[in-house]
Amino acid sequence: MIEPIDLARIQFAANITFHILFPTINLALAWILVFFQQRYNKTADKKWMEAYKFWVKVFALSFALGIVSGVTMSFQFGTNWPGFMKTVGNIAGPLLGYEILTAFFLEASFLGIMLYGYGKVSNKVHSLATALVAFGTSLSAFWIMILNSWMHTPIGYKMIDGVAHPNNWLEIIFNPSMHYRLFHMMLASSLTVSFLIAGISCYRWLKGDRTDSVIISLKTGIYLAAILIPIQIFEGDALGLNSLKYQPAKVAAIEGIWKTEQGAPLLLFAIPDAKNQTNSYELKIPKMASLILTRNLNGEIKGLNTFNGNHPPVAPVFFAFRVMVGLGFLMLVVSWVASWQIYRHNKIKDFLAKILVTMTFSGWVATIAGWYVTEIGRQPFLVYGILRTNEAVSSVSQKMLASTLTIYISLYIALVTFYISTIFYMARKAINKEGLQPPAVTPPVAAPKI
Amino acid sequence: MEHIINNQNWLPVAFAAIMGFAILVYVILDGYDLGVGILLNKADDFEKDLIIASIGPFWDANETWLVLGVGILLVAFPTAHGEILTALYLPTTIMIFGLILRGVAFDFRVKAQDNHKKWWNQCFFIGSLIAALAQGYMLGMYILGFKQQFENVLFSLMSAVCLAAGYCLIGSSWLIMKTQDQLQRKAVLWANTSLKFAALGLALVSITTPLISTRIFNKWFSMPNFILLLPIPLFTVLILIILYFTLKHMKNNNISFAWIPFTGSVTIFMLAFNGLCYSFYPYIIPEKMTIWEAASADSSLMIIFIGTIIVLPCIIGYTFFSYKVFWGKVELKND
Repeated sequence: MIEPIDLARIQFAANITFHILFPTINLALAWILVFFQQRYNKTADKKWMEAYKFWVKVFALSFALGIVSGVTMSFQFGTNWPGFMKTVGNIAGPLLGYEILTAFFLEASFLGIMLYGYGKVSNKVHSLATALVAFGTSLSAFWIMILNSWMHTPIGYKMIDGVAHPNNWLEIIFNPSMHYRLFHMMLASSLTVSFLIAGISCYRWLKGDRTDSVIISLKTGIYLAAILIPIQIFEGDALGLNSLKYQPAKVAAIEGIWKTEQGAPLLLFAIPDAKNQTNSYELKIPKMASLILTRNLNGEIKGLNTFNGNHPPVAPVFFAFRVMVGLGFLMLVVSWVASWQIYRHNKIKDFLAKILVTMTFSGWVATIAGWYVTEIGRQPFLVYGILRTNEAVSSVSQKMLASTLTIYISLYIALVTFYISTIFYMARKAINKEGLQPPAVTPPVAAPKI
Repeated sequence: MEHIINNQNWLPVAFAAIMGFAILVYVILDGYDLGVGILLNKADDFEKDLIIASIGPFWDANETWLVLGVGILLVAFPTAHGEILTALYLPTTIMIFGLILRGVAFDFRVKAQDNHKKWWNQCFFIGSLIAALAQGYMLGMYILGFKQQFENVLFSLMSAVCLAAGYCLIGSSWLIMKTQDQLQRKAVLWANTSLKFAALGLALVSITTPLISTRIFNKWFSMPNFILLLPIPLFTVLILIILYFTLKHMKNNNISFAWIPFTGSVTIFMLAFNGLCYSFYPYIIPEKMTIWEAASADSSLMIIFIGTIIVLPCIIGYTFFSYKVFWGKVELKND
């Protein structure tokens, strides 16, 4: 039978994986909606408003799922990891508190006006509401990323009787990994949304919808992706260097380096063998890992064997990293080729459009893979160097954990399926083959009369 | 009260008050959301759309008060958060399941295929019902100090039904305010039935709470407390009577002063909640842990406090604004 600690890990992982899907979309989508709205305000060209009206529905749907899973998260901390708040609560508390207050303050409050207020309030107020929702979502992400980063690179605290007390809040907030991780996540969100918008726009395109709103949505998605991917790749490199400095065990696991090496090769593929502390079926580029990580072909990288067992499980980290990077490079190629096509010919070839449709949710996969790299990569620590995960787990029985886990996982699988199919369904409904103004196919949306 | 005068100890009290406020606001606001959800099955298809339209612009924000309440429990009273939620692990999971179901049904019902709508409506109903029952169960267990005995389970099941009835009361009162014609008349009937169960629940909780604890008994029934506090139960009974006669009048005549049932229900909730708070203070886990024992370090509390007193008034201000924007009777229109 699976140990309670592992059931707790799986359950938390399932909950937070499900939750992150939706803020990942909404973080950037909110700003894109602001963009569409500003363009409409400036040009009065209805294609921007049509794009806004379509994507605001996706935003609302994502927000609903994000909120309900967020409610779940606020309970999960207490039900599964009471040791976390006990040991680092004095630091986590205020950071979580501010995340809740900001999410609350800006997102949920102004969301009502943003979603239902069009026509009830002036255009100015409505635009302001949209911008505030976007700002609120970003601010929430800021606080959460600070907390998460601090868990990786804790600083500015002192331990008194086994409990962490804050020493210097500036150091805590601007901890060494914070800006790298925050920026990386915001780019990840932007790329996820770019491919989502591009994929759905291509889906409509392939079904004959050539309206202006589809074309500008497609352009927005593709160009944004093309610009941001190279930045994300550089950002990832910078984050890797930062991780090498503060969490060398994680980097060793990522690179699959069992023993300290100089001139370590870049493993494009391998199968890590934890028992024998080696890799099989290595497909490698010699000296590349050292070059990337130390800027020196013969640089030294510490091996997993130097950490006294305090290193993460290698296989999940190793493979998740390659999934993320592999997808990243695929996104690079696809977005650049697509940009070129659209820029030159103002349309996209069917073959490429089909690829983009398949890649609609590729951002999700890449983002989740990245999160798994970093969170599993931090193990066995919950807060690096301070608190181990197995020291923080609650005393809920195995039977209870197993039954609640089953409930959650079945629910989440069902909901993600419905979410994806509903988005494609919404896309189909919005299709207009004549290229005229889309008919009002949206179902009655209730709005109270003033 | 001496321990409050000492300056250092007021932060936990302040946070207990804020948390209490957040939970109260949640219970009232999501109370009517969940209430109308439970009543949904009694309406025909068109009325279902009206009902959900009446809570449309609000439900997202309403639910976030729960996050605020639990969030404050988490950040200000972490030890209590861990203990309470571990003791209530299964009911919490069930509640979350219900809230998730209700939340997603809200959006999916209008965005997914039309022939799926009736399934999503069912999800909305089931989710609302499950969440309400789970919350009532949790309330019951909390009052009884989480001891897992058979009679406690029975009591909690009873309080589950009664809280759900309370939500139906406030939900149907909301509909009386926000709808017209046939739906409004139906809402009056629903409110009538709910009122009786809600009153029963109130009586149950009010009688049991002093019985299980001598400390609470003394807080209410010692002199001069008894005389000073008597207005609370008396006023509650008075409102219940007013509601009973108002609803009876509304059943047979034209509906005027449609705001009375809602205002009355809200007041009852507030009085009952304040009664509970008074009974339990200063314990956050009844008879076991005080708010000072559960609280985070003062320096952390202070930091969150500063943010909270800036943000909370803005949220309240904004909430009034949004209710003002969406005031009036519900009407469906194509977007």
